[in-house]
Amino acid sequence: MDRSLALSQEGQGSRWIRGLKELCSNPLTLSGLIVVGLLVFTAIFAPALAPYDPQKIDTFHILEPPSAAHWLGTDGLGRDCLSRLLFGARISLLVGFVAVGIATGVGTVLGAIAGYYGRWVDGLIMRFVDIMLCFPTIFLIMAVIAFLEPSIWNIMIVIGLTGWMGVARLVRAEFLSLKKRDFVLAARISGASDMEIVFKEILPNAIAPILVSATLGVGGAILTESALSFLGIGVQPPTPSWGNMLTEGKDNLEIAWWLSVFPGLAILITVLGYNLLGEGLRDFFDPRKKR
Amino acid sequence: MGFLTFLLKRLLGLVPTFFGITLISFFVMHLAPGEPMSLQADFNPKMTPEMRQRLRAQYGLDKPLYVQYAKWVKGLLHLDLGRSFSPDRRKVWDKIKERLPVTILINVLSMVLILVVAIPLGVRAAVKQNSLFDQVTTVLVFLAYAAPAFWVALLLMLFFGIELNILPVSGLHSLMGYEQMSFWQKVLDWARHLVLPVFVSAIGGLAGFSRYTRSSMLEVLRQDYVTTARAKGLPERVVIYRHALRNALLPLITILGLSIPGLIGGSVIFESIFAIPGVGQLMWSAVMARDYPVLMGNLVIVAVLTLLGNLLADIGYAAVDPRIRTGLQTEE
Repeated sequence: MDRSLALSQEGQGSRWIRGLKELCSNPLTLSGLIVVGLLVFTAIFAPALAPYDPQKIDTFHILEPPSAAHWLGTDGLGRDCLSRLLFGARISLLVGFVAVGIATGVGTVLGAIAGYYGRWVDGLIMRFVDIMLCFPTIFLIMAVIAFLEPSIWNIMIVIGLTGWMGVARLVRAEFLSLKKRDFVLAARISGASDMEIVFKEILPNAIAPILVSATLGVGGAILTESALSFLGIGVQPPTPSWGNMLTEGKDNLEIAWWLSVFPGLAILITVLGYNLLGEGLRDFFDPRKKR
Repeated sequence: MGFLTFLLKRLLGLVPTFFGITLISFFVMHLAPGEPMSLQADFNPKMTPEMRQRLRAQYGLDKPLYVQYAKWVKGLLHLDLGRSFSPDRRKVWDKIKERLPVTILINVLSMVLILVVAIPLGVRAAVKQNSLFDQVTTVLVFLAYAAPAFWVALLLMLFFGIELNILPVSGLHSLMGYEQMSFWQKVLDWARHLVLPVFVSAIGGLAGFSRYTRSSMLEVLRQDYVTTARAKGLPERVVIYRHALRNALLPLITILGLSIPGLIGGSVIFESIFAIPGVGQLMWSAVMARDYPVLMGNLVIVAVLTLLGNLLADIGYAAVDPRIRTGLQTEE
């Protein structure tokens, strides 16, 4: 093996570790990272962690308050709330990742095209962004899913396709400033095609802000999904999602407080985790903001 | 460029945006898979293909899309949004019109609440940067960002409505004895019903706005003219509120305009939780009934509301900051 290559790889590796250490030195970022890590862990191992089957109806133990047998109580069908909460993590994680993946992909492509080509292409795309931003997102989402099967996949796609505008603006701004830099000019002089310049030269330099906005976007997507599920137009029962668990909480507000408290707490902690991680990444990539 | 020229240019710019809004509102619904037909038609077992065809013709669904679009936009310009698919067959605009005032009232009230609370909070946090006060508000802001509004609404209902039983949790006014109340009793009754919805709809804005005020203030407090004002020996109060805050508020006008769609979007949530007969609730029931004339009408109306809100914010900004209307400062 080429020795210099091995050395540079080693250098790369230790740089990653150093970066990770620096990232974790901020206690807030670290707690965000831990929350996200726990969520992933819970989502993967939900079947092993859950004390009961989340769908199992038990008519002898309906609406029981938290106890040793059911730590977070039971719901109106006698299902164990802790088990449902753990399985609900899967929905939140999946929706967060897929919806943000779609939004980031669409936003990056459109923003890159607008910023790189400029002129009328830019004008057209940015006008489209302005128009999309006039719609309160939840109205737009509701209008679309009224005619779709309310499956989790449709929900994720619709949340993604209505959430890309911020990313597009961000990527466009990055491209506008980066495309004038010397290294882009150098690449163009040496005969690189537009595609090569966009993907090999400019985009890698715009990854940091995209990553930050994606991380912050996950929290937003989770909040949107939970609101839709709460309204009965998102993830449908009996599949447990934190949003539709809260619908049951609302229906039993006067007799079963635990149904309303815990799923919301789970959403709060999860979104808080992603937001802290996102803010941490922002500071990490932009030393000026550390002040 | 004078203020009038600015205004005219800005108004002209609304035209393409408006048509963009109508295009998206229309095509979003017509490109979605599945025929936009009334539930009655879909679930009626006696529905023969001929009847279905007749119903399609009645709603103009058999014509090419661009013909349908042109007809719809022409109607829209006269505020004719067609008739609802629901059994009452009422005009869509009439349905929206009677619900708009409530939604606008709550949104305006929560905007006032946001301004009155968030600006002093943000200023204080900036002036006493890194103090205990600053840190506590920062934590609260992060919590408010992450908490789902509908969950906060549930907790407030649980606490103030059920546990303490001091606030009503649904509707706009009491159902019993409302007719017999005097004017002021009615006002008080409304106010009691509106406390929780207005607070819930304001939470996100409170967090965002106090944060923006804080960072905008921090930015301004570093400027030379603030140092100059201090050096002149002006009292700190005057420096902060007369010299710094005025400039710090400028960018916040834009932020306020940008927060309008979020506020209106929140209506769906708090109106359905607190059973308030507004536009959000209308939207929700239209989704449930797949009442597509109402859906389309609602979508286009809330987007136009947002457009007008942004216009107001821009005009406000231009009115207080001459740099904008003279074009000395570009937007990029």
